[in-house]
Amino acid sequence: MTIQLTNIKKAYNQGKPNEFWAIQGVSIDFEPNRVSCLKGASGSGKTTLLSMIGCLTRPTSGRILLGDRVISSLPERFLTEVRRHTFGFIFQRFNLIPGLSVLENIMLPAYPLGLPYTQLIASAKRLLKEFNLSAKADNPVEWLSGGEAQRVAICRALINDPQIVIADEPTANLDSKLSYEFMGLIDELQQSGKTILLTSHDSAVYDSVVVDRVVEMRDGIVLTDAG
Amino acid sequence: MLYFLRKQKYLIDYTLSSLLRRKGKSLGLLAVYSMIVFMLASVTLFSHALRHEAGLMLQASPEIILQRMEAGRHAMIPADYLQRIGQLRGVKQKAGRLWGYYYDPAVKANYTIMTGGQSETPLTNIIIGTGIARARGLDVGDYLTLRSQNGEAFSFQISALLDDKSELVSADLLLMSPQAFRRVFNIPEGLYTDLVLSVRNPREVIKVVEKLTQLLPDTRPILRDEVLRTYDSVFSWRQGILFVLLTGSILAFVIFAWDKASGLSAEERREIGILKAVGWETADVMRMKFWEGMIISLTAFLIGYLAAYAHVFYASASLFEPVLKGWAVLYPQFRLTPFVDGLQLATLFFFSVLPYIVATIIPIWRTSIADPDAVMR
Amino acid sequence: MMLLNPAIMALVMVSAVVCLMMLLASGFAVRVLLRWDIDSGSERQLRLERRTYLISTLLIWAFSFQLMSLLLFIYNAESMSGQFVGAMCATGVLNVNAWGWPTLFLKMGVFFSGAVWIALNYLDNQGYDYPLIRYKYLLLLAILPLVITELILQLLYFTNMDPNVITSCCGTLFSAQSEGVAAEVSGLSPSSMSLGFAFTGVMVISSGVWVALRGQNGWLFALLGSTAFIVALMSIVSFISLYIYEHPHHHCPFCILKSGHDYVGYILYVPLFIATALALSVGAVSPWRGISSLTPTIESIVPRLSWIAVMFFALFYLVATWSVWTSHLTMMEVWW
Ligand SMILES: Nc1ncnc2c1ncn2[C@@H]1O[C@H](COP(=O)(O)OP(=O)(O)OP(=O)(O)O)[C@@H](O)[C@H]1O
Ligand SMILES: [Mg+2]
Repeated sequence: MTIQLTNIKKAYNQGKPNEFWAIQGVSIDFEPNRVSCLKGASGSGKTTLLSMIGCLTRPTSGRILLGDRVISSLPERFLTEVRRHTFGFIFQRFNLIPGLSVLENIMLPAYPLGLPYTQLIASAKRLLKEFNLSAKADNPVEWLSGGEAQRVAICRALINDPQIVIADEPTANLDSKLSYEFMGLIDELQQSGKTILLTSHDSAVYDSVVVDRVVEMRDGIVLTDAG
Repeated sequence: MLYFLRKQKYLIDYTLSSLLRRKGKSLGLLAVYSMIVFMLASVTLFSHALRHEAGLMLQASPEIILQRMEAGRHAMIPADYLQRIGQLRGVKQKAGRLWGYYYDPAVKANYTIMTGGQSETPLTNIIIGTGIARARGLDVGDYLTLRSQNGEAFSFQISALLDDKSELVSADLLLMSPQAFRRVFNIPEGLYTDLVLSVRNPREVIKVVEKLTQLLPDTRPILRDEVLRTYDSVFSWRQGILFVLLTGSILAFVIFAWDKASGLSAEERREIGILKAVGWETADVMRMKFWEGMIISLTAFLIGYLAAYAHVFYASASLFEPVLKGWAVLYPQFRLTPFVDGLQLATLFFFSVLPYIVATIIPIWRTSIADPDAVMR
Repeated sequence: MMLLNPAIMALVMVSAVVCLMMLLASGFAVRVLLRWDIDSGSERQLRLERRTYLISTLLIWAFSFQLMSLLLFIYNAESMSGQFVGAMCATGVLNVNAWGWPTLFLKMGVFFSGAVWIALNYLDNQGYDYPLIRYKYLLLLAILPLVITELILQLLYFTNMDPNVITSCCGTLFSAQSEGVAAEVSGLSPSSMSLGFAFTGVMVISSGVWVALRGQNGWLFALLGSTAFIVALMSIVSFISLYIYEHPHHHCPFCILKSGHDYVGYILYVPLFIATALALSVGAVSPWRGISSLTPTIESIVPRLSWIAVMFFALFYLVATWSVWTSHLTMMEVWW
C-alpha cells in the first residue's frame, strides 16, 4: 500500500494564543515494502507526522491517501478501524501494560476484533516463538529486560498482521548492541513484505544499511529526502 | 453477532483483570456502594414486611367495627344496640368487645388489655404478651397486680404467655376475663367498648354500613378495608420519609462515584492511552468501562441486598426498628416473614444503580476520549 | 403526600434525571449542529466528533431508563390499587385524575421515539461522513419536548392523587355502557374487531416479510406496524382480554398482567412493543439507502431488523390466538 501525503498541515491549540503549527505543508510518498527513516532535530514534527500517517490523529488540512483510500477526513471510529488492520506500532517507551502477562499484552490489539480465542492464542504464541520469547509467555511484563520488552512490543505490533509498521524512536531506550539487533529484526520484517516507517536520532538507525530512505525534517517541513 | 459477543467477553475479561489489579480502589468503591444498597434495601424490606404483617393480622379481624360517638368522641356502646341492629342481611356474626389501655407506672408503659371469650379465662387469671413479661420480669405462675379505677388493687395469676410468633402485635397485650375487666375499669354490665360485625360477602359491606348508619345514627362504622388502605399509605409514606433522609447519603455516593470515575491515576490514564494507540476505539473503551460499572453494580447490589435481607429477617432489623416503629418500652422482638417483590427491587435499583450509572457517564466519556497519540510523547 | 411513596419518588426522580440527560445532550447537539464541518480537520471539529460519543451514551441510557420507568409506572399503578377506593387494578389508579392516561401514553411515545433515535444513531455511526448527523440531532430536539411534557404530566398526576376520591376501575371504564374512548373500544363488536385484528396481523407480517426480502420500502412496514399496534391494543381491550378472563364483560388491559392469569399479558405486550419498535426503526432506517456511505449497512440491517420484527409480531399473534383458542369462554350468543 502506497502512502501519499499532499500538503499536510497540523496545528496545535488552534485559535489560542499559543497556536503552534507542528507540520507546515508536507507532501511526500512512501512506497510499499521499504524501510524509511525520518530524522531531524527534536521538535521538528517527526512524531506528529507519523501519528497522522498511522491514523492516530487527523491533519488540520491536506490529504492522506492510503492505497486508494482517503484517510485524512475519516472520523475517529473509522481511523481506528483502518489502523487496526493496517498499522502496527512500536513506541519509544515500550508502552506495555504492567500487571498483565506477556501473552495478554500481545493480544491486546486483537481484542476489539472479536476473533476466536484459540486463534488469538495461536497467533500470539507463534509470534512469541519467532522472537524467542516462548519461555516468558506467562511472566508479567515488569520482569522483562529492555531488549525483551522491545521484542514483546514488536510482537504486539504484529499480532493483527499489519502491512505497515511504525516505530517512533525505537532504539532510544536500548544500548548499541540491542539497537543493532533491532535493525536486524527490522530487516526481517521488510523481508516478510512489510512497509516500515521509523524516526530516530540514532545514527545506528538512520545510517544502517537496512534503511532504504532517509527523510530529514526541520520545523515542520521536509528538508532533504535521500532515497 | 458471534464476533460481537466474543468481543464483549474479551472486554469483560479485561475489565475483571484490571479491577483485580486495582484491588484497593475497587474494594473501596464496592464497600461504599454495598453500604448504600444495604441501607436502602433494609428500609424497603423492613417496611414492606411490616406492611405485609399488618395486612395478615387485619385479615383475621372483623369486617366492620361499630363505635358509638358522644360529642364527637368515642364512647361506650350499650349492649342493647346488638338487639337494635337485629337481623341484617349478610351479617354472619355480631358481638360486643371490651378492651382498653392500662398505664403501668412501674415500667412507664401502656398495656393493651383485651378480654378473652366469656369462659376462657378464669376470673383471677390473665394471659400476657412476652413484652410485658420481659419488662416486668414475669413468667407463668407469677402474680401481677393491677390498680383499678377506684384505687383497689387486684392480683392476677399469669396462666400463660402469648405465642411469640405474633409478637409484633401481642408484645404489650394482656388478656383477662370480661368480669375482671369490668371490675378493674369499673364498667357496668350492659356496656361494651365497641361492637364487631363480620360480613360474609365483601360486596355487601357497603350496604350493611348504610343500614347501620340509618339504624344507629350515633355510631361510626370502621371498615377493615379502609384500615388496610390507611396502613398501606402510612407505611409507604414512612418509608418515603426514610428515603428522603437517605437522599443525603445517595448524593454523597453520587459524588463519590463521580470522583472515583474521574480521578484516574496517571497509570490508569496511560493504560487507556495505550489501549487506544494499539487499536481500541473510543467506543470500545467506553464499553469496557460500561462492563466495569455493571460488574461493580451487580456485585454491590447482591452484597447489599443479601446483607439487608439477613439484617431484616434474621437480625430483626436491629438498626432500624426504633425509627420505623416509634420508641416503645415494650419493644417487641420478632421474626418477620420474608417478603420480596418486584416493585421493591425495581425501586431499589432506581435509587442505587441508576445514580451510579448517571454519575459515571461523563467521567467515563472523558477518560475514553483520551488522545491515542498521547502515548507517543 | 403521595410523593413520599418510594416507587413514585423513583419514577419522578428517573423522569427528572432523564430530562436532565436529554437537556444536556440537546445542548451539545445544538452546538454540534451549528458548528459541524466534516471536511475540517480543526481541533474544534475533533472535539465535536468526540462529543457525539457523549451524546449517544447519554441518550442510550436515557431511553433505557425511560423504558424501565414505563414498566415501573404500570407496575406501581398496579400495586397502588389497594390505596384507592374503587381501584382494583392499574386502570383504577390511572383514573384517579386526568393525568394518568396521558402520562402513560407519553411514556409509550417516548419509548418508540427513543427506539427510532437509537436505530438512526446506529446507522449514522456506520457512515464515515456522518451523513445523518443533522437529522438525528433534529429528531433529538423534537423528542425533548415530549420528555419534558412527560415529566410535568407525571408530576401533576402524582401530586393530584387524592386518596379520598372514589375512582372508577376497569369494570366501568371499559364497559360498553359508559362513555369515552375506552368505552367505545370495549363496545366495538368483537366479531368485526377480530376480523380487523386478523387482517392487520396478516398485513403487517406479510409486509414485514416483503421488506425483509426486498430490503426496501421500510416505511410501509412502519406504517402497517403502527396500525397493527393500535389495532392490537384495541383488540386486547375489545375481545382478547374477555377470553383471558373468561368473563364476557371484563375488558381490562392491565389485569392480564396479574399472576392470576399466568402473566400472559407480558407475553403479549413485550413482543408487541418490541416488534412495533423494530418496525418503526426499519421505517426510519430504510429511506437513506441512497446515501452511498450507508448503502451496505442498510442492505444488511433492514432485512435483519425486519425478520426480528416479523418474528416478534408472529409471536404476539400466536399467543393472542392461543389464549383465545384455549379459553373456556364461549361467546356465541353474545356476538351473533
Ligand atoms: N499536544 C500538543 N500540544 C501542543 N504542542 C504539541 C503537541 N504535541 C506536539 N506539540 C509540539 O509539536 C512539535 C512537534 O512535536 P513532535 O513530537 O512531532 O516532534 P519530534 O520531531 O517527534 O521531536 P522528538 O525528536 O523530540 O521526538 C513540538 O514543538 C511539540 O512541542
Ligand atoms: Mg518524537
